[in-house]
Amino acid sequence: MYAQLVKTDEKRLKSLGEMDPQERAFQGRIDRGEKIEPKEWMPEGYRKTLIRQISQHAHSEIVGQLPEGNWITRAPTLERKAILLAKVQDEAGHGLYLYCAAETLGISRDEMFEQLHSGRAKYSSIFNYPTLSWADIGAIGWLVDGAAIMNQVPLQRCSFGPYSRAMIRICKEESFHQRQGFDIMMKLCKGTEAQQKMAQDALERWWWPSLMMFGPADGDSVHSAQSMAWKIKQDTNDELRQKFVDQTVPQADFLDLKVPDPDLKWNQERGSYDFGEPDWDEFFQVISGNGPCNEERLGARVKAWDDGAWVREGLMAHARKHARRTTLAAAE
Amino acid sequence: MSSEWPLWEVFIRGQHGLNHRHVGSLHAPDAEMAIRNARDVYTRRKEGVSIWVVRSSEITASSPSEKGPLFDPADSKIYRHPSFFDIPDEAGHM
Repeated sequence: MYAQLVKTDEKRLKSLGEMDPQERAFQGRIDRGEKIEPKEWMPEGYRKTLIRQISQHAHSEIVGQLPEGNWITRAPTLERKAILLAKVQDEAGHGLYLYCAAETLGISRDEMFEQLHSGRAKYSSIFNYPTLSWADIGAIGWLVDGAAIMNQVPLQRCSFGPYSRAMIRICKEESFHQRQGFDIMMKLCKGTEAQQKMAQDALERWWWPSLMMFGPADGDSVHSAQSMAWKIKQDTNDELRQKFVDQTVPQADFLDLKVPDPDLKWNQERGSYDFGEPDWDEFFQVISGNGPCNEERLGARVKAWDDGAWVREGLMAHARKHARRTTLAAAE
Repeated sequence: MSSEWPLWEVFIRGQHGLNHRHVGSLHAPDAEMAIRNARDVYTRRKEGVSIWVVRSSEITASSPSEKGPLFDPADSKIYRHPSFFDIPDEAGHM
């Protein structure tokens, strides 16, 4: 999941009886499956939760370009390079769709950037791991984008119109990402022994961080219950994680790769795989800024923003000057 | 002075013969750059044959609270739909 820890500000879930008439009418619309649009009345908590979730999601898309960007100049063929470039460009596009959706809720783009750059806003823990070999690009497409799709498909039905529409666009494009990753893995797995080893090594390093993408078990989290009541979230973190494991393990078998989990076992009774627990201490460390690449990622992002300031200001100055000239010419 | 670029709404004609449809928004310093950015953000897969951009601040929208007075009067005028009228089959296609 690209927004792994979203707080709602709610202490507990209100029953319909405890809501004031406006809140009750709002909940009624959600329950009937109506989409909520930006200018319509909404509870403050709904607005804040969505801003948090959508901006976290957008930040993840933007920061997510960095680990892959590392391999654009190192891709093994010109075709692979062009494909990776297109994929990374999609991630930028996804970030932009999502920032737009968040802005309809009354937060400005600059405010969101400021939250990201100052380290106050979160983004997905997955992008704080290094991309050490070309196989990592395969593993990211296959596993990370695979996990992202798992999370994003239900979000297309989110109650907030602009978020739901952004997710529909994103899901249409995301499938290319996963397939290009799997294609890289297939090529490596059919290759030399060294290439197969490289693929296995990438799976070993990316498997657990990918499972962490869905966030910790919700248990009886108030935030989760509230987000589900508001239809901002549709499935629990554990449900999505299970679905991901069930889908991905047969793909690893197909590639003849070994998933690095000694507890992984097919459970005939449940019709699902049993699997081990991710290292949640590691997750909380990484999400709160202490992962292997947090500093590097945020540093690269801040540098790009600062280095681009003169371009943004220059273009704006040009636009103002041009507008003034047009007004003067019209007055003559 | 804030250097945040203004917001533009983007409308795309998907195919010849269709209306332009709102697809989203983006930031750009001026209209020309808004069109260029819209091409990169919204038509990477040939989703359009034409782009319109308009400054978001130039759009006037109806207010959600007026929804009733604006649209409800049509409820009682179902005769505007052809299915309101019973025409015998013998009269032929109409």
